[in-house]
Amino acid sequence: MSCVEQLKYRLYLERTSFKDARDYIEKNSEEVYYVDPGYKIFKDYYIIGVPPVAMGVRGKEMLFTYVKPCHGTFVMGIDSPEEISRLRDNEAKKIKKSLKGRDADRAESKQAPASFSEMYRK
Amino acid sequence: MSEGKRALLVMGCPEVPVQMSMVIYLSHRLTKCSYDVTVAGTDAAVKLLKAADPESYYVKKTVDLDELIANIVEKKIDFDLCFAFMHSDAGMTYGATFSAISKARLFAVVFGKNAEALGASIDYPAEKIVAKATHNPNPLKNKIDKVVL
Repeated sequence: MSCVEQLKYRLYLERTSFKDARDYIEKNSEEVYYVDPGYKIFKDYYIIGVPPVAMGVRGKEMLFTYVKPCHGTFVMGIDSPEEISRLRDNEAKKIKKSLKGRDADRAESKQAPASFSEMYRK
Repeated sequence: MSEGKRALLVMGCPEVPVQMSMVIYLSHRLTKCSYDVTVAGTDAAVKLLKAADPESYYVKKTVDLDELIANIVEKKIDFDLCFAFMHSDAGMTYGATFSAISKARLFAVVFGKNAEALGASIDYPAEKIVAKATHNPNPLKNKIDKVVL
């Protein structure tokens, strides 16, 4: 049993499909973040899901999907400013990484072609 | 040559009878091809497997599904082949997770009453083995036999 089940949680959807659970989080959260399957939350729960896996923030509460093989997908909410802060940090890192990639692309495209023939080759 | 190669069989919810039969069969077949086979599942699925194979003749290694996912994410273990058994949306979701976290060649083994629709909903990288089988294992077995290992 994961530590998640021992925390104080609220259930918003039970025994549903993963797609419906994702839709619920997207429609009922103030902020939505997307993580990869395997993203770790709390002490030992690794998120199970079909990418993109949505995680929501609503006030102090984090909304996430919880999947059990015999029972389907649940949408759970747990108050956790720490996990919310980690989610935001994770998103900030992703944006920084993608901006770095874009800067590298720009730097490459800024190089002026040395000759007309090189320009036409592009 | 598959010596030294590792294969993982991921069991979904054990409520559809063909799954246990096919897991034991596939484990035996992969072992004969020199794969080191591990079977993962929930507590209930592993108990059913151990009751059917008390001396671990067909399945040598079993592991708890959540523990295995943690170990793959933490890069403590990975596999060359992974067969994810599924007959429900939850099983399909677990398959997507293995597709994302593991480098293994992934086979989605889809069975049960809604096999075709479930198989069509899989849009992550996986080779699909789909058969509408619940009690009779042969339609699924025939398709598994066609897989080139």
